[in-house]
Amino acid sequence: MSGAADLKKEPAGSERTGTPLLELRDLRVYYGAIEALKGINVKVYEGEVVALLGANGAGKSTTLRAASGMLAPREGQVLLHGERVDGIKSHDLVRFGIGHVPEGRRVFPRMTVKENLEMGAYRFKSPDREEMDRVYTLFPRLKERRTQLGGTLSGGEQQMLAIGRALMGKPELLLLDEPSMGLAPLIVRQIFDILKEINEQGTTVLLVEQNASQALQLADRGYVLETGEVAMADEASSLLADPRVRAAYLGEGA
Amino acid sequence: MSLNELWGYLVLGVVLGCLYAVIAIGYTLVYGVLQLLNFAHSEVFMFGGFGGVLALTAWTPVVNPSGMQSVLYVAFGMAAGAALGAAVAYGLEKVAYRPLRKHNAPRLVFLITAIGASFFLYNLAGKLFDRSSVAMPQMYSNETVFTLFDTDIKTTHLLIVFSAVAMMVGLDYVVNRTKLGSGIRAVAQDPEVASLMGVNIDKVVSRTFVIGGLLGGAAGFLFGVNSKVVYTMGFLPGITAFAAAVLGGIGNVRGAMLGGLLLGVVETMTVFFWGDDWRYVAGFAVLVLVLMFRPTGLLGERLGRTA
Ligand SMILES: Nc1ncnc2c1ncn2[C@@H]1O[C@H](COP(=O)(O)OP(=O)(O)OP(=O)(O)O)[C@@H](O)[C@H]1O
Ligand SMILES: [Mg+2]
Repeated sequence: MSGAADLKKEPAGSERTGTPLLELRDLRVYYGAIEALKGINVKVYEGEVVALLGANGAGKSTTLRAASGMLAPREGQVLLHGERVDGIKSHDLVRFGIGHVPEGRRVFPRMTVKENLEMGAYRFKSPDREEMDRVYTLFPRLKERRTQLGGTLSGGEQQMLAIGRALMGKPELLLLDEPSMGLAPLIVRQIFDILKEINEQGTTVLLVEQNASQALQLADRGYVLETGEVAMADEASSLLADPRVRAAYLGEGA
Repeated sequence: MSLNELWGYLVLGVVLGCLYAVIAIGYTLVYGVLQLLNFAHSEVFMFGGFGGVLALTAWTPVVNPSGMQSVLYVAFGMAAGAALGAAVAYGLEKVAYRPLRKHNAPRLVFLITAIGASFFLYNLAGKLFDRSSVAMPQMYSNETVFTLFDTDIKTTHLLIVFSAVAMMVGLDYVVNRTKLGSGIRAVAQDPEVASLMGVNIDKVVSRTFVIGGLLGGAAGFLFGVNSKVVYTMGFLPGITAFAAAVLGGIGNVRGAMLGGLLLGVVETMTVFFWGDDWRYVAGFAVLVLVLMFRPTGLLGERLGRTA
């Protein structure tokens, strides 16, 4: 576990080599006649946190949906450890170690917190008790509320549940779609701290965010999407310093 | 009209209500996973009746069977009814509904297809099994087991109540305590996310139809034991059970059970107070009344479906 964490700290700033954990190669995705992704290239290496930024409608969620098999790309490839997985349905793709926390949390409203977590482990014969303990340690709030129905949780609690549920599937790669959406700054901070912890424990993270400054502080690298194309790709620290990023996503005057 | 007579009708209402409850589960389960009103479920029920008749005609029960033999015949007939019901429901989903799902057809198209499938199955049965009614071969002598409020409670009544309760308990267990059950509930609440958790939606939908078909088919057999089997037998129990599912809160399994029992009792009470002509009137009046005050049904979802 600590080995993975060490690995992660090391290459900041340097070129990554070897086979990425996830690679999107010239990916084109359409909704009917609308081209939502126009041939994007994204790489996520083992141990990294990669941020995916962009305005509303840029194609961030679409990118995650294509990566987790919810959408089939019309052209291009999705590779996990160098093997093509595009065309594999999402329910089969979870076995490859992908956990997707969808936009808007989407907890099961009429299941309890505990049942929601157990659903996250559906791909296993039975839920791993240790994993559940780990989730409860990361999110003590969920433990307190384990018998409460998902639909009656607060927004922040639902987000924690959605992340915990994905962790129950023991993903190698966690895809997160705007985990800070609609949450108070204090809760956002908490969630980002926990994401950091999850990453340090060895899970690779691809993070979609509107909250660019928080995301880039956590991330090793980042991509900026604009209308279905990668407009920028760089180290997180460079993006954070880039005047264009600051103007467009950090709310600073140009 | 004595008070004892009233109690007697009440008991018969419970017997009838048990059947409605078991059929209603089939409507509500399918609605849960697909938001589809599967009108063809009434024909699944009817095929279950024929499954029982055909099997028992093929393996003709002896005259004056022993107790053990009777149990075997009943089990055999019910298994055959359930199996044919399940087969029809399975085929229905595969042939009629799955292609629509693959093309993301609008809700209305599903509904029309369900009605069409219902007509098709109904006429197919009329063609295959002839259009006259057939009696279930006698599997046991239907004697009075005991008398409750002057009403003779016969073997058939007990058979229906006990099998129905057993099926409902079993179903409740499957839905709430098994992995297939979690899959069914997850698909009902958010299919897209369910598949992100590794739930194969096609499989879950298919198995949901099979479960509904097993229950509906078994109910068809029990109904046939109580009266007769004919290709038109699905319509009224089917539509009443559908109303029961809506009354209880469509999508809610326990609601369907409650709604079925309630409509069974309302039906016999109506017959008792106003006569047989009114049999099917009061049940639907109750449905309309309840929905006016509780549009989501008695045990309907208080939490909205996720967008
Ligand atoms: N189901 C759909 N049908 C048709 N078009 C869609 C669908 N989903 C997304 N789109 C379109 O694809 C484009 C990319 O959408 P996407 O949801 O990926 O954006 P996003 O970057 O996640 O935006 P946001 O920050 O608002 O969540 C948008 O133009 C959107 O209108
Ligand atoms: Mg989005």
